[in-house]
Amino acid sequence: MIVADRKSLEEILAMVREKRKILIVGCRGCVTVCNVGGEKEVEILAASINLARKTSDQPIEIDTVTIERQCDNEYVALLKEGIGTYDAVVSLACGVGPQFLSEAYPNQLFFPGVNTTFFGGAVSHGIWEERCQGCGTCIIHNFDGLCPIARCAKSLLHGPCGGSSDGLCEVSKETLCIWDMIVKKKMEQGRLTDLLKVIEAKDWSSARDGGPRRSIREELIP
Amino acid sequence: MDEYKSGSNLEKILRAGHFAFTGECGPPKGANVEHLKEKFAHLKGMVDAVNITDNQTAVVRMSSLAASHLLVHEGMEPNFQMVCRDRNRLAITSDILGAHALGIRNMLCLSGDHQSFGNHTQAKNVHDIDSMQLIRLVTNMRDKGRFMNDEEIDVPPRLFVGAACNPFADPFEYRVYRLANKITAGADFIQTQCIFNMEKFRTFMHQAVDMGLTEKCYILAGVTPMKNLGMANFMAKFVPGMDIPDALKKRLKGVEKAKQAEEGIRFALEQIEEFKQMEGVAGVHLMAIEWEHKVPEIAERAGVLPRPTV
Ligand code: SF4
Ligand code: SF4
Repeated sequence: MIVADRKSLEEILAMVREKRKILIVGCRGCVTVCNVGGEKEVEILAASINLARKTSDQPIEIDTVTIERQCDNEYVALLKEGIGTYDAVVSLACGVGPQFLSEAYPNQLFFPGVNTTFFGGAVSHGIWEERCQGCGTCIIHNFDGLCPIARCAKSLLHGPCGGSSDGLCEVSKETLCIWDMIVKKKMEQGRLTDLLKVIEAKDWSSARDGGPRRSIREELIP
Repeated sequence: MDEYKSGSNLEKILRAGHFAFTGECGPPKGANVEHLKEKFAHLKGMVDAVNITDNQTAVVRMSSLAASHLLVHEGMEPNFQMVCRDRNRLAITSDILGAHALGIRNMLCLSGDHQSFGNHTQAKNVHDIDSMQLIRLVTNMRDKGRFMNDEEIDVPPRLFVGAACNPFADPFEYRVYRLANKITAGADFIQTQCIFNMEKFRTFMHQAVDMGLTEKCYILAGVTPMKNLGMANFMAKFVPGMDIPDALKKRLKGVEKAKQAEEGIRFALEQIEEFKQMEGVAGVHLMAIEWEHKVPEIAERAGVLPRPTV
C-alpha cells in the first residue's frame, strides 16, 4: 500500500491560518490502513485544529467527511454538494487524493494534510517500511524477491557496497542492508552464481525518469 | 608484448612487474589551485600515479576531472576517480571522453559514499548505473569503441581502469566474489580500502589467489598511516566500512601523544614490508589523508624510491 505520515499540526495550522471554514477529507484506502488519513484521524485533526484556533481566539468552522477512495472519480464526485463553500479543503489522502480533488473541483483550494512517503507495509505494529519504488520494470525475481532498487540506498544492482556492515546499511543503523540479505539468501540456498555476472544497466525510462506514466487497459475502455 | 590498454605510467609499471606505489590527493574545498599544487609537489617523483578523489565522503570539492587535469599539467600522472552518485550515464560518458582528451590515462570506478555523510545531505543522488556497470561502460568504450547504447565512438578513450574493493565490509565471505565480478566486468587493477586488520586481509588475499584473481588483475593494497589515536577512533566511527582492530588502537594509545604519528607511520611501514612479500599483491596505494607532505618520508623509509621508469 501507499504509506504516508501526517504533516505536523503546526504546518497544517499555517496552511489554514487565514481560513474560517474548512473541510477535512479522509480516505478509506491505504491511509486508513496506515492510520494516518481515515475517519478516526480526520476527527482527531479536526479536534486539534479546533482547539488550537479556539485557544488563539480565532475560531474556525470545520466539516469532516471520509470517502471510499480519493483516487477514484466516482467517489470524488460525491463531494459535489458542499465543495465550493469552503475557504480550504485539507485532504488526508496520499498525494493522489488532493490532486484528484483539485482536478474535479478547480475552483476550490486544496491542501495536503499528509506527506506521502513510500510503497510498503507494516513490519510490526506501528512500523511501516518501504518495499517498492514503482520503477516500472520489476526485477526482484533476480534477487530472490528482494528489491535493491527501492531498498538499497544507492539502488545498486551489484551490491553490497563497501559500507555494508553487520547487515546494516551505511546510511543508518536503523536500516538493513538489503544486499546483505540478498547475498546471504543466495549463499544459503546455493545460488550464489546468480550474482556472479554483470547485469545490464537498468532501463529507467519505465520509471519516473521517463516522465509521468500511464497505464492503458484496452479491454476496459468503453 | 601486446599493446598497452592506455599506456599510462601505472600500467607500464605494473606490466613490467614492478611493485607499484600510488598516492592520493583530495582537491580543495574551493578553487585554490595554488594549495593544490603545493600538495601535488609533495607527491612528485614519490608515486607512480596520484588518485584524485571525487567529492570524497560526499563533501563537495573541486571536480576530480579538473584537478586531474591540473596534475597532468604538473607533469604527473593522475588516477581520476569517478563516483556514480553524482552523474548519470550521459555525464559519466562525456567526462570519460573529456578525461582522455585532457591527457588522463587512469580512472577508478566507484559507487560513492552516500550523500548523507557529506555536506550536502539534502542532495538527490543519481546512481543511474553502479560501479560494476561503470567498469563495463568504460572498458567497452575503450576496447569495443562503443557507447553504452552501442553507437560507435569517434576515437575511443584509452584509460587504464581500476576499481575499489573493501575486504572488510560484510558479508566477508562474499567480498572475494564481488572482487571477481569487478574483474569480470573489466577492471585492470584494484585499489583496496585502507587495511588495518592484517589478519583478515591475509585471509582475503589467500582466497583471491586461490581463485586465480591475482593472475587477471593487479591488486594494490590500501595503506593509510594514522596520525594519532583520535584519527583511528574517528575513522572507526564515521568512515563507512572501516575495520580498525583494537590492537592498533592500543598500540597508538601506548605511546605519548606527540609520538603517535611516528607510531602510525611505523605500522604503515611494517604493512608495506609485508605487502611486498605477500602473494598476489602488486603494489601499495598510500592514502595519506591530508598528510601529503609526509609521503616523501614514508616512501623513502618504505624503500620504494626511486620510482622505476618504464
Ligand atoms: S524492482 Fe521496481 S517494481 Fe519491482 S519492487 Fe523494486 S522498485 Fe518495485
Ligand atoms: S550498505 Fe547495503 S543497502 Fe546500503 S547502500 Fe550499501 S549496498 Fe546499499
